[in-house]
Amino acid sequence: MSETLLEVKDLRTQFKRGKKDWITAVNGVSFNVNAGEIVGLVGESGCGKSVTSLSVMRLHNERLTKISGSIKFGGKEVLDLTTSEMQSMRGNEMSMIFQEPMSALDPIMRIEDQLAEAISLHNSNMSKAEIHERCVNSLKLVGIPEPEMTLRNYPHELSGGMCQRVMIAMAMSCEPKLLIADEPTTALDVTIQAQILALMEDIRNRRNTGILLITHDLGVVAETCSRVIVMYAGNIVEEAPVKELFANPQHPYTEGLIASVPRLGKRLHRLPSIPGSVPDLSVMPEGCRFAPRCKYAQDSCKQKLPELQTVAEGHRCACPFYRNAREGAQQ
Amino acid sequence: MSDTTANAASATREAEELPKAQSPVRQFVKKFLRRKTAVIGFLFIVFILILAVIGPNITPYDPNAYDYSAILAGPSARHLWGTDEFGRDVFSRILAGTQLSLGTALTASIIGTAAGVVFGLIAGFFGGIVDSLIMRVCDVMFAFPGILLAIAIVAIIGPGITNIMIGVAVFTVPSFARIIRGAVLEVRGELYVEVAQSIGCSSARTMFVHIFPGTMQALIVNFTMNIGGAILSASSLSFLGFGASVTQAEWGAILSQGRNYLAIAPHLVLFPGLVIFLTVLAFNLFGDGLRDTLDPRLN
Amino acid sequence: MSATETKPLLSVRHLSKKFPVGKDFFGRANKFVHAVNDVSFDIMPGETFSLVGESGCGKSTTSRLINHLIKPNEGEILFEGKDVAKLSEKEVRPLRAEMQMVFQDPYGSLNPRMKVQDIISEPLLVHTKMSKGERLKKAQELLEVVGLSATHGERYPHEFSGGQRQRIGIARALSVNPKLIMADEPVSALDVSIQAQVLNLLRDVQEQYNLTYLFISHDLAVVEMISDRIGVMYLGSLMEVAPNEDLYSNPLHLYTQALLSAVPIPDPSIEKKHVLIEGDLPSPTNIPSGCPFHTRCPHATEKCKTEVPQMKEHTPGHFVKCHFPGVKI
Repeated sequence: MSETLLEVKDLRTQFKRGKKDWITAVNGVSFNVNAGEIVGLVGESGCGKSVTSLSVMRLHNERLTKISGSIKFGGKEVLDLTTSEMQSMRGNEMSMIFQEPMSALDPIMRIEDQLAEAISLHNSNMSKAEIHERCVNSLKLVGIPEPEMTLRNYPHELSGGMCQRVMIAMAMSCEPKLLIADEPTTALDVTIQAQILALMEDIRNRRNTGILLITHDLGVVAETCSRVIVMYAGNIVEEAPVKELFANPQHPYTEGLIASVPRLGKRLHRLPSIPGSVPDLSVMPEGCRFAPRCKYAQDSCKQKLPELQTVAEGHRCACPFYRNAREGAQQ
Repeated sequence: MSDTTANAASATREAEELPKAQSPVRQFVKKFLRRKTAVIGFLFIVFILILAVIGPNITPYDPNAYDYSAILAGPSARHLWGTDEFGRDVFSRILAGTQLSLGTALTASIIGTAAGVVFGLIAGFFGGIVDSLIMRVCDVMFAFPGILLAIAIVAIIGPGITNIMIGVAVFTVPSFARIIRGAVLEVRGELYVEVAQSIGCSSARTMFVHIFPGTMQALIVNFTMNIGGAILSASSLSFLGFGASVTQAEWGAILSQGRNYLAIAPHLVLFPGLVIFLTVLAFNLFGDGLRDTLDPRLN
Repeated sequence: MSATETKPLLSVRHLSKKFPVGKDFFGRANKFVHAVNDVSFDIMPGETFSLVGESGCGKSTTSRLINHLIKPNEGEILFEGKDVAKLSEKEVRPLRAEMQMVFQDPYGSLNPRMKVQDIISEPLLVHTKMSKGERLKKAQELLEVVGLSATHGERYPHEFSGGQRQRIGIARALSVNPKLIMADEPVSALDVSIQAQVLNLLRDVQEQYNLTYLFISHDLAVVEMISDRIGVMYLGSLMEVAPNEDLYSNPLHLYTQALLSAVPIPDPSIEKKHVLIEGDLPSPTNIPSGCPFHTRCPHATEKCKTEVPQMKEHTPGHFVKCHFPGVKI
């Protein structure tokens, strides 16, 4: 078993909306990420996957956010760190890349200046020449063909794919143990997406980095992740190794989600779909949040939020009527 | 309905209900009431407007009655805000003058805004040479200090309340033209405007049904804020002697007369000044509150 | 089948559009984005024709050109035999009742200040002489057709989710019984589970109203599900046009092959065999000479760099614009 990098327990993130009005975006999630592992965090918009990742990085506006639970990174409790301790951890031990590579880079700074800033922040004793060499090396790592030239460019002179490579280079420049990638390829074209995903796998293999990949794209998950966590409306509904999840989805939501994705080579006249839409954070249904859209829902589902239970080895599911149980009951 | 429709409907029917509908007006009121200063401003405006209507009928004294027994008398129980050099009751004069002062400012703002909106819409919608022409004229007018422009206009067409209105209205036009043009350009970039074109709307329909309502927010907010400015400008012009005659009760004119007795009777300047200050402040607070309430980015 | 049915509903011939981007000292445009280059295709009545390609390939511009939202520089757009490109804005307006659009952004495409029933019935107001009551009745019927409730008509767009708004957009497009609906990335802004609902709805209303679709998408899996025929675009040019099965089972253009192999498959049990194509999309202001794909093509030869390939029919109905069609990566 490899080293556990990140251990999140009962994380709960609430945002302030009015004077005494808090809305819960993440409602008690627990998971961990090991070194050298790519963990997929999937779900639809508003499921809390991005909020979870930002909570781990403590990037929310602290005045308007309440975070409770525990986030342990390398054995240290992230939520107890001071602001300056947190700042030195960010970028150094864990870093993050975002969906919009174009807007995540400062438009009026050259690539070299931005990269050098990221490096020198955590390595104050490095000389200019050393920093420059580090910049060139990190661009080489992400497969940019002419690093010296790219360093002199401004972000708008680069394509979206190149910008995302630069972002990854920046995130990887201090050799962090954990990389959080929030929809890193959503804004990119498929051919570029394939390049970026291959790059992330390559980095994982070379550096043994743990990667938490946040995405809504089940295709991306199937191809890159080793383990998958499925979120719905602020809760984890299912967690399993990737092959197990796709072959044997247990939660009715996961089943529906996987079935509703059109896939190449399987031309369906109609797609199976999940009725209804994702509930609004401020008007969450009582009990299981998927119950209003679930065809297996019973009255009991609407009363109590189901807990995650282990249904097979490494496979957890938050539904008392998970597939194996339903099929067992029929026989 | 035919059977096919019913089939498709049942096939795609969603098992969901929407949250309860909220009327936009009620939502607006709810949000506005959260802004305390704006509510105070609004209440003060309502109060002033009521006074403007009933003011002349409830004055304790005839605002134009001379009382030589009490010339330049300070504030007292008899004359709440004192009297002027002819012994006229200042409180009564200010109360009676509310109608004229507010009326002048409102009328000037309405005329100026209306003209500005027309020019702004034309410039923003048609663009090209029309746009350049209107905007360059506005630039020229912006190069004059507003009050100086009004003075020049009043100097040419002669003093008087009506001419003050025209003067103030004229220098309101360019700023509104610019604001509305900006708003039109912004709304024109919205996808739903292109959609309107794609479903076959005429230019006139696109402009009045889809673009113009989008600029209303900018219009209402700036109109409200502009009234404060117009009260100040109209008062300033009267203060400078271009507007109301000495016999007319008007805030700026009252202030102007009081100036001569500043040393011996400061109440002559203090009270009209205070009233103008509070009224302008009220309009600005209200305008600020409106802007914050209507701006979706601040909610 | 009668003879008239075999005539294309829409026929695009040598369509080109360039947008000026740079200006020289005298204000004359000296730099152009070549958004659409010499594109030709036919759409038969009742079929779904899809344009697929990556961002900036000109697929959205093509639909806007067809609807006359922008004017082409060259080419013909024959809608039922009439050249839309030659009409004035005023003359094209009545034609828009026959071809409606559904847009990508369900948030931006509905006027936030209008009630849903007014949004849906607006095309009726513009194109028909229906009374207010008739329009309202039709709007309510359409709300039911797209899976919402007639009572929702009184609401404003912000009260609906993205998927529901897209349904409203579809209802609006249906209101005037158009012959052609151009759907520009109608599901790409939606969540996976909602995307399936909207695709099914598009299918349902197509059968019910006998519609022809021009479907624009970057998602090859979605396109495979919905289309009868597909055109693949790259840098403003149409590279390959083929019936659905042919394109997916036997892609002839190397770009199509690369595109297909880059799509992630949501099934970890399938061994992936991505063939990564190198490099980025060239700038559309400076389109490569010869075949526009030669800068990224693993099999490019001298000929590809100098000579623009012509669209050729390789097998019946399967057209490809490549000097070496059928070469596998």
